[in-house]
Amino acid sequence: MTDAIAIARDQILSPAGLDTGHIEQLLGQLKTTAIDAADIYFQFSRLQSWMLEDGIIKDGNFNIERGAGLRAQSGEKTGFAYADEVQFETLLQAAKAARAIARSGGEGRVKLASQGEGRRLYEPIDPLGSLSDEDKVALLHRVDEEARRLDPRVRQVIASLVAVRDLVLIASDDGRLSADVRPLVRLNVSVIVEDGDRREQGASGGGARADLGYFLAEDRALGYAREAVHQALVNLDADAAPAGNMTVVLGPGWPGVLLHEAIGHGLEGDFNRKGTSAFAGRIGERVAAPGVTVVDDGTLAGRRGSLNLDDEGTPTQNTVLIEDGILRGYLQDRLNARLMGVASTGNGRRESYAHLPMPRMTNTYMLAGDRDPAEIIASVDKGLYAVNFGGGQVDITSGKFVFSASEAYLIEKGRVGRPVKGATLIGNGPDVLTRVSMIGNDLALDQGVGTCGKEGQSVPVGVGQPTLRVDGLTVGGTNG
Amino acid sequence: MTQTDPNDTAERLDRLERIVRDLLAEASRQGASAAEAAASSEAGLEISVRLGEVETVEHTRDNGLGITVYFGQRKGSSSTSDLSPEAVRDAVSAACAIASRTQADAYAGLADADLMARDLPELDLYHPWPLEPDAAIQLAVACEEAARAFDPRIVNSEGASVSTQAGIHVYSNSHGFVAGYPSTRHGLSCAVVAQEGESMQRDYWWTTARAAADLESAQEVGRRAGERTVARLGARQIGTRKVPVLFSPLTAAGLLRSFTSAISGSSLYRRSSFLLDRIDTRIFPDFVRIHELPHLRRCLGSAPFDGDGVATRAKDLVSEGILRTYLLDAYSARRLDLATTGNAGGVHNLHIEPGPLDRAGLLREMGTGLFVTELLGHGTNPVTGDYSRGAAGFWVEGGEIQFPVEEITIAGNLKEMFLGLVAVGNDCDFPGSTRTGSWLIREMTLAGD
Repeated sequence: MTDAIAIARDQILSPAGLDTGHIEQLLGQLKTTAIDAADIYFQFSRLQSWMLEDGIIKDGNFNIERGAGLRAQSGEKTGFAYADEVQFETLLQAAKAARAIARSGGEGRVKLASQGEGRRLYEPIDPLGSLSDEDKVALLHRVDEEARRLDPRVRQVIASLVAVRDLVLIASDDGRLSADVRPLVRLNVSVIVEDGDRREQGASGGGARADLGYFLAEDRALGYAREAVHQALVNLDADAAPAGNMTVVLGPGWPGVLLHEAIGHGLEGDFNRKGTSAFAGRIGERVAAPGVTVVDDGTLAGRRGSLNLDDEGTPTQNTVLIEDGILRGYLQDRLNARLMGVASTGNGRRESYAHLPMPRMTNTYMLAGDRDPAEIIASVDKGLYAVNFGGGQVDITSGKFVFSASEAYLIEKGRVGRPVKGATLIGNGPDVLTRVSMIGNDLALDQGVGTCGKEGQSVPVGVGQPTLRVDGLTVGGTNG
Repeated sequence: MTQTDPNDTAERLDRLERIVRDLLAEASRQGASAAEAAASSEAGLEISVRLGEVETVEHTRDNGLGITVYFGQRKGSSSTSDLSPEAVRDAVSAACAIASRTQADAYAGLADADLMARDLPELDLYHPWPLEPDAAIQLAVACEEAARAFDPRIVNSEGASVSTQAGIHVYSNSHGFVAGYPSTRHGLSCAVVAQEGESMQRDYWWTTARAAADLESAQEVGRRAGERTVARLGARQIGTRKVPVLFSPLTAAGLLRSFTSAISGSSLYRRSSFLLDRIDTRIFPDFVRIHELPHLRRCLGSAPFDGDGVATRAKDLVSEGILRTYLLDAYSARRLDLATTGNAGGVHNLHIEPGPLDRAGLLREMGTGLFVTELLGHGTNPVTGDYSRGAAGFWVEGGEIQFPVEEITIAGNLKEMFLGLVAVGNDCDFPGSTRTGSWLIREMTLAGD
């Protein structure tokens, strides 16, 4: 049995004695005369994690979440209630609470039709069982041994392995009944290195919507261990970072967190409908240098940020945000699309059944240019080359954003020089990309570690970009 | 559907205690030598309005159960939001299955039996607010109106919201310890947008408390949201330089969190702290006293026992600038060959002793420098204490605020920043369990244009 709807019926509805008729009844209760849109989101999620520290498998956790969220919308108003027991009477109560947002009577009629399977960006598998528990803990031991083997200065290694299977069933008042089985795996390594009284940290990891065999392929797991150790040792040797405005070359891949913060959030439909984003009303305007094209693409096979359907049952798509420097589009969920008179872009996402959906990114990246990365570095007389980053943050109204480098080097006379300590970089979203002067031919996506937070809700995302030269970003070091 | 009367609360407390007791018995049946469990059950209402109209009405209802089983020195955990007997049994089985694959850890296990909290203090944490959605909506509308009325340059709004939650928390372990208590938490918040020329700025304010009567008024929350937003209009970048920095109380609370994180047991035994081996040494100037007060009645951070069931107790973390204690749970204490400090799960109500200066006095003391009111990003390295974050605030000359600044960073090292603390103000102005005034720090690097 591989059809997602059949799996959802079997694992969510049947155990609760529910069938399509019950869901139609609940939707009928939600969709009273004054309600414009309504949906029910059922979720059954299982997570298993393992943690290694001090060379031993110290802890593991198993988590099960099961519940349903019911939503009714009238104009700009949303009524929402959820239940952590999937049981008809409880759901009926929740439906009544949610529909109270509109003071109207009557009962709607909704006839559900199962949506056929669309494309399959990932297999409907259960990654928890894709390796034996014995093999999972053995993998973490190999990661630990690799990190310690690389350098005697490695003092502490923490490695964790997480597998999630998230099963969702979405019924909406437009008659669509759809389901998705979403595997997600993740492996993280962090190390502490010590040399005399100097200590530093390094971290790496990766993940995908795949089974756990992903980490065995292409030597990935051990690769993360090497990256974490490399980063820690580079930082152990780093000088104080420079302070002030300078030319910055960003490496390919994860440094694309720049786009997520500087551009992505500001283009989410809710902020633009409300006019609170620095990008509001700027469709068609130049917001980036010629040659800069940025997309949000939820349709990449196996990626952490990808989804077959968003959390409102809309198939995800590849949305062009900036085309050759011109602002083209926003990211929409159903509510904001309806209120702005456009179509959903399949970006309605939620952390769980207990949270309301909103416009969120999937995989956000810049398309490749034609410059050789070596040529880009060689073009800089004095500047910063930042190849790895921690997280970032943005104030979508003022447009100011930050992202923090975790591995960076000085560029002197066209050459990569001494490593410098991590520093926060700050810029202005609506104009930072106008200062992109060279775009590399080396587009890379991140390794599958991104988690985006918005209004208290976390969702997995991806980012990517080629090597970029940005003429003028403020670097927050101490060496002024 | 959101609030409960006291009888119902007692009943729900009983039910939750029964669930965790049954769970411990089940763990024992499945062969565990020891086990512990925490369970919680919460219900609430959250409403938001925007531009005077209702935006969302959310009925929240959250259950949670976490269990840890021990087979000798091996350990396994599980958690679920489903409190039905079958789900609880499955959770125990899942934790036991995990424990069959973990390895013996000499330090694993419950806190010692003789450390379990006894004679729990009554902390007055339960004050249900019988708030109907319509009344909540009116309150939020009044709050947003006050913000929008503050200044004509406030042209837009992200809205105002009101929330109320009531819940029960229970902890139990196989020493026979079982205890729980109900608590409430209510809040009101507002965020608005101001515009002047090309400059668009957003800011917010909020209030939160155990009892509705302790909340700031809707009008005052709105007024402060409006005031903070308008104050940012016309913000500009300034040039790179070394300057003294005054951290507002809210941003200073973030420095306190970096401090408590660095002296927490897990950071120490992992050697992931910039304050390793610093006990009984100077980390602040001698006027600094930082203390924890877990038993303050009606306070948001108060708790009678910690996540191990160990009694919480008041203590100085820092006095006369000297680090007096780490923050340890049972596990990290064993690792470090010390005694638990009753801080499993964190610190409960953290206060720094206020100094003699108010806001105006602090600005005068600083003379020329940066007054930081907002920090962006996560640029703190817990291992080295290196600190580099995006900032917004005000440029100060002659002890007076001159103009708002933005798109700058401030950088330094937390060890040096702590030792370079010149003054702590008596101007604490935000709600919550951490109480601190502004911090004046001698020198940091400001990077701008």
